[in-house]
Amino acid sequence: MNPVYYLYLAALLFTIGATGVLIRRNAIVVFMCIELMLNACNLAFVVFSRMHGNLDGQIIAFFTMVVAAAEVVVGLAIIVSLFRTRHSASVDDASLMKL
Amino acid sequence: MSPQLAAYATSTGEAFQFWVLGTVAVIGALSTVFMKKAVHSALSLAGTMIVLAVFYLANGAYFLGIVQIVVYTGAIMMLFLFVVMLVGVTAADSLQETIKGQRWLAVLCGVGFGVLLLAGIANASLKNFAGTGQANANGNVEGLAALIFTKYVFAFEITGALLITAAVGAMVLTHRERTERPKTQREQSEQRVRDGKHLPPLPAPGVYARHNAVDIAGLLPDGTPSELTVSKTLRDRGQVRDVSAEALGDLKALEQRSEERLERTPVEPAHFKRSEEASK
Repeated sequence: MNPVYYLYLAALLFTIGATGVLIRRNAIVVFMCIELMLNACNLAFVVFSRMHGNLDGQIIAFFTMVVAAAEVVVGLAIIVSLFRTRHSASVDDASLMKL
Repeated sequence: MSPQLAAYATSTGEAFQFWVLGTVAVIGALSTVFMKKAVHSALSLAGTMIVLAVFYLANGAYFLGIVQIVVYTGAIMMLFLFVVMLVGVTAADSLQETIKGQRWLAVLCGVGFGVLLLAGIANASLKNFAGTGQANANGNVEGLAALIFTKYVFAFEITGALLITAAVGAMVLTHRERTERPKTQREQSEQRVRDGKHLPPLPAPGVYARHNAVDIAGLLPDGTPSELTVSKTLRDRGQVRDVSAEALGDLKALEQRSEERLERTPVEPAHFKRSEEASK
């Protein structure tokens, strides 16, 4: 097996995540799909690191993880405050900047 | 297997691992998207992330594999589950489309995008894999540390600033300033008297001497369940069990049995017999 199959898997996971962002309307699930896309990118970075024989790809994946952690913290805080004001986690309901 | 061969192909064990766990990862990703409840989506995503961690380990990224499990499946997914519980497990997605045909268009876009991406990878000449053996020669963690603290030191510093900003941002977003003084117990009781609504404590749930679970509504004297006795959360979820019919049937059966024991003639033998059978 050629390790390039890992890249196909990463592309597939990214596509599933992107489709999920378009299809789902529960803000939390949309957020999970974004996490899935980030993870797929990380897998691609790790495989690229193996391909080139250096660790730069792993460093980028590491930074992606840090950014994802920060993003999750802020995003979930936004979802919680949205839910408090609108009593719904649907992205359709959040159509106004202010309630 | 010689290093030259390892550049082009993986071992049979890794290929087997890839095909088995890759299937699991794709199934997990699909069920993240298509599960109706957010909790199930979160659990599927956690499974996919664990599989990805195994793939990192297989690709020589030992540090990232462990960090993936600790940070993603440990911290981030727990945070997700926390918010799912906070927002409400029952907040299921409405399956009604607000834009007509949006779902099919989204799937079409996804498939098109996927085909483009896969075709791009297939067209690229990605035949030569150097492998991480040489880069990991002094240890994966040592190699990463050497890079982070030399070449990527500024990115690393900025990451620190980002994390602090995120922590402060989360606190600002979820912290709610009280605009008024919270009511004391006395003021609350005075308010209740003024409103004239239900002064004593709410009645307890459960049926006397039979069921005392919190999800069973207490019965009024006429045998109908009282909504007041169960908590509002259970009522909203529709998880209130109604045992009023059962309790009445049991009562009738008990009466009949006691009458049989006391050798009295029952008032309505046929009716009671039927209710006893029903209660069984």
